[in-house]
Amino acid sequence: MTAKKATVLQTENLQAFYVLEMQGTQKVVKAVNDVNLQIYENEIYGIAGESGCGKTTLLKTLFNDIVPPLRLMHGKIRYCIDSAEVDVTSLSAEEKRKLRMEFISYIPQGSMSVFNPVQRIRGTFRDFIGSHVSGKNRAEIIESTYQRVVELGLPQNVLDMYPHQLSGGMRQRVTIALASSLNPRIMIGDEPTTALDVVVQRGVIQMLTEIQKSLKNTIILVTHDMGVHANVSDRIGIMYAGKIVEEGTTEQIFAEPAHPYTRFLINSLPKFGDKSMRESVPGSPPSLSNLPQGCPFHPRCPHVKDICRQQMPDFTQLDHDHKVACWLVGEQQHG
Amino acid sequence: MANLLEVIELTKRYSQGNVFDKTVFTAVDQINFHIKPAEVFTLAGESGCGKTTTAKLILGFEEPTSGEIRHNGIAQTRDEKPWITKGVQAIFQDPFSTFNPLRRVEAYFHETVQNFHLARSKQEAVDWIDRKLRLVGLTYPEIAGKYPNEFSGGQLQRISIARALVTDPKLIIADEPVSMVDASLRMSIVNLFKKLRDELGVSILYITHDLATAYYVSDRIAIMFRGRIVEMGSVDQVLMKPRHPYSKLLRDSIPQADPKQRWTTSVTLAELEQQEYLRQGCRFAGRCPDVMDICKSVVPVDIHVEDVRIQCHKYADSAVPSSLEESQP
Ligand SMILES: Nc1ncnc2c1ncn2[C@@H]1O[C@H](COP(=O)(O)OP(=O)(O)OP(=O)(O)O)[C@@H](O)[C@H]1O
Ligand SMILES: Nc1ncnc2c1ncn2[C@@H]1O[C@H](COP(=O)(O)OP(=O)(O)OP(=O)(O)O)[C@@H](O)[C@H]1O
Ligand code: SF4
Ligand SMILES: [Mg+2]
Ligand SMILES: [Mg+2]
Repeated sequence: MTAKKATVLQTENLQAFYVLEMQGTQKVVKAVNDVNLQIYENEIYGIAGESGCGKTTLLKTLFNDIVPPLRLMHGKIRYCIDSAEVDVTSLSAEEKRKLRMEFISYIPQGSMSVFNPVQRIRGTFRDFIGSHVSGKNRAEIIESTYQRVVELGLPQNVLDMYPHQLSGGMRQRVTIALASSLNPRIMIGDEPTTALDVVVQRGVIQMLTEIQKSLKNTIILVTHDMGVHANVSDRIGIMYAGKIVEEGTTEQIFAEPAHPYTRFLINSLPKFGDKSMRESVPGSPPSLSNLPQGCPFHPRCPHVKDICRQQMPDFTQLDHDHKVACWLVGEQQHG
Repeated sequence: MANLLEVIELTKRYSQGNVFDKTVFTAVDQINFHIKPAEVFTLAGESGCGKTTTAKLILGFEEPTSGEIRHNGIAQTRDEKPWITKGVQAIFQDPFSTFNPLRRVEAYFHETVQNFHLARSKQEAVDWIDRKLRLVGLTYPEIAGKYPNEFSGGQLQRISIARALVTDPKLIIADEPVSMVDASLRMSIVNLFKKLRDELGVSILYITHDLATAYYVSDRIAIMFRGRIVEMGSVDQVLMKPRHPYSKLLRDSIPQADPKQRWTTSVTLAELEQQEYLRQGCRFAGRCPDVMDICKSVVPVDIHVEDVRIQCHKYADSAVPSSLEESQP
């Protein structure tokens, strides 16, 4: 590791909660709870964690798409746009909209929502791109995005189809083509290959990494498939109950998982050709509207100690790039 | 004992494009398979190869162009609703599109309980629903009063499994039920399938891309490619010793959860998905490393090698001839 990496996105004690009014009482879902991230240019940052732990919410927040009932409670989100740091939460709606697609784009979980069901794919492209570019070369840019669809291995006539006529796989590839069309600095992928067969998944990941290599931009990738993380992520953040509980290079996470949750996660992976019962994480996920005190993993943790029930551990730096929030690790440092 | 489900020469054609430039292609092409009582049968294969279409045909959401579907030996008729008449239930790929965002999720449960006369009072209904939710690790109080967007993808998928269980079905068509949940939950869902099969005698048509869980949970598997079943047999045969060149490619593309075993080669995807559908001869011939001349003109038919049924010219010599099959031009 030589030159210091340039940061493209940073969060500071980020808290984003769903605040719900229910029959006079207020319910607060702490989906993003004190997250500090520093994401670099030209890297693939992976995020893994249980279903419902807040990954999609975190991505929405990073995308600066915070709409009720989701509320930014605390903290900052900064993008580094042309070497200038911008606190994006304070931007106007129009400024926010402007950054989307051009600076940061989003490939959502379940891509059906991207498309208008009664409009051909071509129309979706025209609308999305058209709303971001203007002037003389507008038609040209739109035309070049049609070309990209073909370059990415999709048939040209896909543009003339309706969303329901496409298989899940095809639809997701079209979404990725759309998301990359204005060469954004950050692409956020929420389970972008979830619906795909492994061959196409491999092709799509290849396509994503090729786009990343040629644009030297950043991909923030959420996937449940640890095989995909192992293959493409440079660093991985492990999320549990709204918090990042461990972060490291992909090698560190797979070879030396330090958090008890991460260890369960790595060990629960079914091994191909092995039918023996797999051990999954014991117990059930905590309710984000009623979090246990202390470390949120303590009710399920086989190594729980008294302090775990009382206080959330700080991060301990284990190694360059590798940190973990667990009372078992580096006790002396916690003081 | 009759097969719970039999699919015979099932075919579905679609036309795509506009009035001036229409292509008719065969999304599901003369497929044959059966599912026994208390069996998990996996349908895997290429994205867009016709798995969901097959599921829709079995569920009566689409009309077959030709072919037949039999439940316990009795043919499914047009306009029949198999979830009412045949005890077939479904779980879909995208739980977000299963539920109306403006409707509380428990309403779906109560509606089903009511339609099928499963309870005589509100309390009985709640108890019934709660029992089904507990099978998937949830409880009634956890879902009551909530809208779909208050749940994560994984939670919503477990809810849709519980919903499918409300009517005590004999067959569950599960179209990518685990694709949105984490590894740990994935195991708990496929373990649940095992439990339903072993304890309640439920059969499952498990449509998935996750071959590791397919191996773990299923009895038999069919690999589909461009509308045809190209290889079918026990998971130990088909997944551990894949014979069809496409099955091999599939097997070799499973990402290993080990950063030391990253992909080093790149994969070529079909340029035109549709073109492969329209291809003469074997539809994999354009990408097959073992392609021969015959592959480009003659459609391979079902042949049997050991206990595996396979459509590939490579194995023509080692095959046990299957007398019943007719070759198609
Ligand atoms: N619009 C909403 N209103 C209220 N609660 C919500 C809303 N959206 C999500 N939640 C809750 O916030 C939590 C985090 O949800 P999120 O979708 O971010 O999880 P996730 O990690 O992406 O899960 P998955 O892996 O299943 O996609 C969940 O408990 C969910 O129930
Ligand atoms: N209503 C329709 N009209 C025209 N074509 C359709 C229609 N429904 C599906 N198709 C096409 O039929 C083919 C098979 O689609 P299907 O959804 O069955 O695939 P799949 O195997 O389920 O794919 P995936 O793994 O991506 O879910 C695809 O090429 C798709 O574009
Ligand atoms: S029939 Fe020929 S082209 Fe098709 S898979 Fe077999 S060898 Fe390859
Ligand atoms: Mg999510
Ligand atoms: Mg499908």
